[in-house]
Amino acid sequence: MSFVRVLFYFMSFIAIVSALYAASTKNLVRSIFVFFVTLFALAGLYVLALADFVAVTQVVIYVGGILVLIIFAFMLSGKETLNVIQQQKGKFFSMAKLPAILLAALFFIVMINVVLKADADNLGWVKDSIATNNTITPNAVMIDNIGVNLMTRYLLPFEAISILLLMALVGAAHLSRKEAKI
Amino acid sequence: MITLTDFLVVSVMLFCIGLYMIVSKRNAIQILIGIELILNAAILNLVAFGKHDSVNNSGQIFALFAIVLAAATTAVALAIILNVYRKYKTIDPGKINNLKD
Repeated sequence: MSFVRVLFYFMSFIAIVSALYAASTKNLVRSIFVFFVTLFALAGLYVLALADFVAVTQVVIYVGGILVLIIFAFMLSGKETLNVIQQQKGKFFSMAKLPAILLAALFFIVMINVVLKADADNLGWVKDSIATNNTITPNAVMIDNIGVNLMTRYLLPFEAISILLLMALVGAAHLSRKEAKI
Repeated sequence: MITLTDFLVVSVMLFCIGLYMIVSKRNAIQILIGIELILNAAILNLVAFGKHDSVNNSGQIFALFAIVLAAATTAVALAIILNVYRKYKTIDPGKINNLKD
């Protein structure tokens, strides 16, 4: 078993266990902070998939931006959310969670079957790309290629995303302002 | 060497955990975390397949777009959650039962 494979199993183990903990814990604060760990482990998985630029973007935007936003929302919505959690603690909860567990488990079975049947490593275009040396090698530098592609081939989606981001920011600022007294 | 199927299995697991969170949680912020998990599972797939496209880098570039879209979604969703909290004093989606007016 190669070192890369050991790293892969390690990262995916951390990602899945921390996601499971975030899903199962009753404590909202713990859930948010464990989600940090999941995101870092996912960034590690992106590095193992030879996408280092995406991994850095993941760390900067998700961990630096989104999680800080979530923590802000949690701090601002405050004590009430904690009270809800305290009330739920005494309840008999496994029965209420049963439909959700069933749904997730059935989805898991179906999708695992699809993945195993699809056999992604023997797809036509994947074999073609391996045969024509189109696969990214571990020592290749992809960042300049990504930059050039972003400004030429994918310029239209890039602009569309930027407009959408502007709209979302204006919308968020509009939604979160104080309403005028009537 | 890590095969594509390994990445797909990990992303399926993350997707199912996210789905479970969305369905079972009674707290809007945790539901948002579930949505983020599902988005991350999708991004993992994009990146894993993008490994086999070194000329166009389509997988990695669309992974970047997906990350930016997730940031925009979260900003708007959190603004909505804050507004809902201000109006109802709770963020349990099951207890929010009337529209404006």
